[in-house]
Amino acid sequence: MESLKFDLAATPLREVNQYLHSPAAELNGKHVVIDNPNGAHNIAVGLKSDVQVTIDGHAGYYAAGMNQLASVVVTGSAGTGVAENMMSGVVHVKGFASNAAGATAQGGLLIIDGDAGLRCGISLKGADIVVGGSVGSFSAFMAQAGNLVVLGDAGEALGDSLYEARLFVRGEVKSLGADCEEKPMDDEARQILVDLLAKSGHADISPDSFKLFGSARTLYNFHVDNAGAY
Amino acid sequence: MCGIVGLLVKNPSMRANIGELMMPMLIGMTERGPDSAGMAVFTAPVAGNELKYSLYAPTMDFNWQGLAHDFDAHLGSKVSLSTKGNHAILISHLETPTIKTWIKEHYPQIHMLSVGQSIDVYKDTGLPADVAARYDLPHVSGTHLVGHTRMATESAITPAHAHPFTAGRDWCLVHNGSLSNANSLRRKLQHEGIDFETDNDTEAACRFLEWRMREGDDLKTALEHGFDELDGFYTLLMGTKDQLALIRDPFACKPAVVAEHDDYVAIASEFRSLAHLPDVKNAHVFEPSPKEMYVWKV
Repeated sequence: MESLKFDLAATPLREVNQYLHSPAAELNGKHVVIDNPNGAHNIAVGLKSDVQVTIDGHAGYYAAGMNQLASVVVTGSAGTGVAENMMSGVVHVKGFASNAAGATAQGGLLIIDGDAGLRCGISLKGADIVVGGSVGSFSAFMAQAGNLVVLGDAGEALGDSLYEARLFVRGEVKSLGADCEEKPMDDEARQILVDLLAKSGHADISPDSFKLFGSARTLYNFHVDNAGAY
Repeated sequence: MCGIVGLLVKNPSMRANIGELMMPMLIGMTERGPDSAGMAVFTAPVAGNELKYSLYAPTMDFNWQGLAHDFDAHLGSKVSLSTKGNHAILISHLETPTIKTWIKEHYPQIHMLSVGQSIDVYKDTGLPADVAARYDLPHVSGTHLVGHTRMATESAITPAHAHPFTAGRDWCLVHNGSLSNANSLRRKLQHEGIDFETDNDTEAACRFLEWRMREGDDLKTALEHGFDELDGFYTLLMGTKDQLALIRDPFACKPAVVAEHDDYVAIASEFRSLAHLPDVKNAHVFEPSPKEMYVWKV
């Protein structure tokens, strides 16, 4: 595979991002390494080709946001909003991720080896997120579709006002949000979990060690008994 | 938005260079806070019977020697004065109220930024790089420091509204966020006889915590009271003569990253400000949890 290196200590980020927005035919199949990210914001955002990107160090806010097709690896940690609004592709953070990881993501796979901060997968719209550590409070708030797999614990108000996303948690859940409840793990959900564990390097973890949470669907429609609350 | 930075140097041989180590940290937070900047440095303490006072004059050409001369003449006591433009550090063994009253009467234009045995405070409006150059911050030395870059959202841009805020002795606080109950907190503290210098929300938090500690709380108990009383968004970084302390609000609305290394502990709003620290690749980098207390001792 053709490999190419940028050093953010020497090259402006805009130049690197502009290169990563070259026509897909020029980028497909290439491997781009970005050294010295040093917490810069917006690294490798809006990619639209089948390119591999390695951000070698700690990334700042919105790394790999709006990703399509590309495969982006962050070897350190990622700041707020990593892979936010991802459409497809894979984003893999080897360290921890800050708040709102994978927010509103519509497709693709976000893998976080460490912990994720608060509001992980907020308003998730169809992507898959696998967190090797724990997630903070308000994760999967109003998540509409997709899957969140947490190998560690979940903070407060998990899945508050949840729509149809599936939340798999292996550790403790501090509290469930409004309208989020534990569900029986059916065959379909179990197979999704098995596949995601395999794809994210956790094939050794038994799917039986997870609980599944989903929407109780009591907030879907207006209920006249709640009229007084408005 | 604002930027906070903090550095506590564990390796004694690096303490002479703490200002130099801090510079990329402070400058790195310029985008988060371009309108004002400030820093509190904790140095070796002055002699047991003395205190030092960081003073701010509104003009760069202020006649500090004239002030020192008048001080000697009026109060019959020689002061030690080291100056950097419109900033001076005054050392005296006289009682703090005596000095405060004298300055208020004879030099009302002078603003007292801090009081203590170890703390020096520098703060002003302007870009962080300009403020740092104005006060020669790359050449300060000490054990630990707390810095701030401000993007004002709730009160005016003036030197007095810049952070760090101080209260009592050897105590300072910087804040990223905004408090929604600062006015009621201020009224409550004013009722306790505590004077305020600005209408800034951070000053209310600073004076509240110092008041709790004067009432007998240790730092951790004061911070627990802080979680109960402070309503709003905050990451707070605080300095005492031998500690740095960090808390984030329960919703973690405002960021913070910590790098713990054998030689130092560094705190910043974002990793950008930690990236240039020596050997940071081998530091333990983590994001502090909401509603947790983190305290590091010199």
